[in-house]
Amino acid sequence: MVKIPNNRAWWLVLPVFLLVAFSALVPLMTVVNYSVQDIFGPGQAYYVGTEWFKEVLTNERLQDSLMRQFLFSGAVLMIQIPLGIGIALMMPKSGMKASLVLILLAIPLLIPWNVVGTIWQIFGRGDIGLFGWALNSMGFDYNYTGDTVDAWFTVLLMDVWHWTPLVALLCYSGLRAIPEAFYQAAEIDRASKWAVFRYIQLPRLKNVLIIAVLLRFMDSFMIYTEPFVLTGGGPGSSTTFLSQTLTTMAIGQFDLGRAAAFSLIYFLIVLLISWLFFTAITHADKEK
Amino acid sequence: MLAWMNWTPSVAIFFAVIAAILAVMTVYEIVSPCTERKGFLPIATTRGDRLFIGLLSAAYIHLTFLAVSDITLLVALAVSVVWLLVLLRWG
Repeated sequence: MVKIPNNRAWWLVLPVFLLVAFSALVPLMTVVNYSVQDIFGPGQAYYVGTEWFKEVLTNERLQDSLMRQFLFSGAVLMIQIPLGIGIALMMPKSGMKASLVLILLAIPLLIPWNVVGTIWQIFGRGDIGLFGWALNSMGFDYNYTGDTVDAWFTVLLMDVWHWTPLVALLCYSGLRAIPEAFYQAAEIDRASKWAVFRYIQLPRLKNVLIIAVLLRFMDSFMIYTEPFVLTGGGPGSSTTFLSQTLTTMAIGQFDLGRAAAFSLIYFLIVLLISWLFFTAITHADKEK
Repeated sequence: MLAWMNWTPSVAIFFAVIAAILAVMTVYEIVSPCTERKGFLPIATTRGDRLFIGLLSAAYIHLTFLAVSDITLLVALAVSVVWLLVLLRWG
């Protein structure tokens, strides 16, 4: 049967649409206008066509920053998703212990980004920070302000500490939603722990995992505060990610036209990837 | 009032065309409501889905032309329009 949806309910969305128009569409249109002009100040704008886009697309500094961003987001997903699943599998199923673990896990999520950056900035220092001091005492030449590898290691570790709990909590809720009968059936079949994970838990976690991957990708792709506070983008520009490059360009150098073109490209990348994830989620729902 | 938005004619035309496309699609949808179907794209899509995919890929087509060549963007525009029509008809 072909079902034709009734579209009249869309009128109820009108107030939200108007709000979004003011908060998102008007600024977006302004950014598009900026991206084709060289802006010196109010009333002093000169039309340059697609010059900024060409410049941004061929600018090596920006390409490097984009590559770093993909590398960072990729690393974040590769570490946090398996780790989050692992933690969720090990968490107690019910009772006092479960509540305690849930609270402990949620603590990093409650800390504001700039505080997370400050915590790790002090924690990682060789002179007064426990982590840096311990590593140095063990004979490692660890210095996140001077060494690229150490800086990356610290930024990644900080993000893993801050956000793996989110993945773990999502997976935990997904695991709790699996009916006990599935496990009983597996026990009757004498399924191994791995088989239970592979054929019962993992397929049932699919939907929460897609959401976890989407959330972690978006957040890590737009990361700004934590590396900015921790390393300031250094040493050199080795931990300068996209949003920091963009902010430096727009506010530091007041290069509004170029920054607008850059942010539109940034927006298109985010839009494409979000759409892919959105399609994957809705597609998975339809298959059910 | 709109001075701070720094409107330029080309951007105004761009958004006017997008708004016109959306208006036409809305009227088309009321006149003949579409149903989800499967074309050459790997997923079942509605008309609106295909329009979105077409517009998004048009943006990437333009950026690719800008990044790798000095050919006028009118060529990219022509390619995008043809691609959009193919997508809407057979996608």
